[in-house]
Amino acid sequence: MDLLNLLLEPLRFDFMLRGLLAAVMVGIVCSVVGTFVVLRGMAFFGDALAHAILPGVALGYLTGGGSSADRSTLFWWALGAAIFSALGIGAITHGGRVKEDSAIGIVFVGMFALGIALISAMRSFAVDLSHFLFGNVLGVSPTDLWHVALGGGLALLTVRIFYRQLVAVAFDETHATTLRLPVTMLNYLLLVLIAVVVVVALQTVGIALVLAMLITPATSASLLVKRLPAMMALAALIGAFSSASGLYLSYYISIASGAAIVLVCVGFFLLVLLVAPERGWLWRVLWRRKPKRAARYNDTVAQINPDSGG
Amino acid sequence: MNHQPLSPATSNGTVPLPALDVQNLTVAYEQTVVLHTVSFVIPAGERVALVGPNGAGKSTLLKALVGLIRPTTGSIRVNGHLHTQCNDVAYVPQRAQVDWSFPVNVWDVVMLGRTAHIGLFRSPGRHDRDRVAHSLELVRMTDLARRQIGELSGGQQQRVFIARALAQDACVLLLDEPMTGLDVRAQQEVLHMIDAIHRDGVTVLVATHDLQQAANTRYYERVLLLNQSLIQGGQAHAVLTAEHLTAAYGGHLHRIETEQGILLVHDRH
Repeated sequence: MDLLNLLLEPLRFDFMLRGLLAAVMVGIVCSVVGTFVVLRGMAFFGDALAHAILPGVALGYLTGGGSSADRSTLFWWALGAAIFSALGIGAITHGGRVKEDSAIGIVFVGMFALGIALISAMRSFAVDLSHFLFGNVLGVSPTDLWHVALGGGLALLTVRIFYRQLVAVAFDETHATTLRLPVTMLNYLLLVLIAVVVVVALQTVGIALVLAMLITPATSASLLVKRLPAMMALAALIGAFSSASGLYLSYYISIASGAAIVLVCVGFFLLVLLVAPERGWLWRVLWRRKPKRAARYNDTVAQINPDSGG
Repeated sequence: MNHQPLSPATSNGTVPLPALDVQNLTVAYEQTVVLHTVSFVIPAGERVALVGPNGAGKSTLLKALVGLIRPTTGSIRVNGHLHTQCNDVAYVPQRAQVDWSFPVNVWDVVMLGRTAHIGLFRSPGRHDRDRVAHSLELVRMTDLARRQIGELSGGQQQRVFIARALAQDACVLLLDEPMTGLDVRAQQEVLHMIDAIHRDGVTVLVATHDLQQAANTRYYERVLLLNQSLIQGGQAHAVLTAEHLTAAYGGHLHRIETEQGILLVHDRH
């Protein structure tokens, strides 16, 4: 079997094709929004938000009549729970009386516990719960695909519209305030964006693994390029590639698809960490050490004797 | 303690609108009053040194002027407009709290000063690029425009943030202790830069604790002496008098008039 066949063979199945499209879209959207998550050091927030949508999922399941066919209701409930949690964390932190990571932790466990409590009250839920925790990319329905496209497309469009403002706030919030940018509004906007992305990714990688899609491609990209637009584009590429190849991997060696996608992501990150030019581990060990010492020596000479041409 | 405003420049007979017109500004954190009914007027285009002991409220005043702190009472007008309506005031903090590994180079950082001018969904236009290039020229960082911000020295980082403030097209520039932590040569460079910015028509207010520099009329046209309230504002020889210095610093500073200017001596040992 040649390579083309290897790639095309699984796509005979409609569910594989839909899964692949969903996974690639999720990979791109997660990576783009995840770039801001990485730059602002919000990894914990992203993870918390993913877990905090559990009660939304449970309620969506209840009101959707318990049938997994009606995922539309579930999607909106999950999005509601995510936005509620994001805004709740923002509101608790605003004013500076509670530290942000404490607020995140409290909302995270509170909502997750509420989710478990709700689920434990419904006996029949056990089967589908693992799908929400770990994703079920091969169960993507045409409606799900539309939701992913719609939510992801809106998220990307929002990032495009507010790109400069979001970057200004991410880099230097004080400066953004002096420019009279609506800093509080932009911060909430980012929280809502992350919430949307987490819900969109629910189907492919699930609650427990969505954090990987948010931060791993963006972190890999940050080790490879030096400017933000390039980092965002490369992160999207890595995210899309990892999602697609992870899905093929899961097909050919029969492992859980969400886990396969995340493993490819993390594997790629480790590779980058090892071999990235300038910032990679190998580079630093082999090339950086000597020139750096020499430079320090020259600086010292220049400081002691400023007239010696330093 | 009196709160006499600086008199506006009247060299050509007309009175232009002052760059900054501050009236009865009071700022309190929780219950503690940090600034008490501060009033002053700064004529357009001047370089003004803001001096006072530690805790005098110099940083607080600058933050209030740029809108980072909401004053309890009082009004701030920039070129005659209430300052909440415009971003004509730019501010460079003593030490910017930023992530130095952020994936931006010098050019990108200065372009961030244009953010409010570039509309949503837009990319920087020719005018934006011209402003960035001009700002970089003023702080003499043109050669390093492609350098990552994390690879700059402390003095260079400071200059990039000054350029970012200039690119904002503000007519008033506030600098909080720009000389702190710099060696003498780097301090001279910053003073030259302030001079270039001033010749570009920008009003510059510099918080500093170097009284000697503040007293030097080559560097500053005016001095504001602050200790929670404004002790005196005006020209250096009238502001930095024994009486005013005692009011601001207690009895540890002595003033000696020399041919080169005013010499201030600290006797706390």
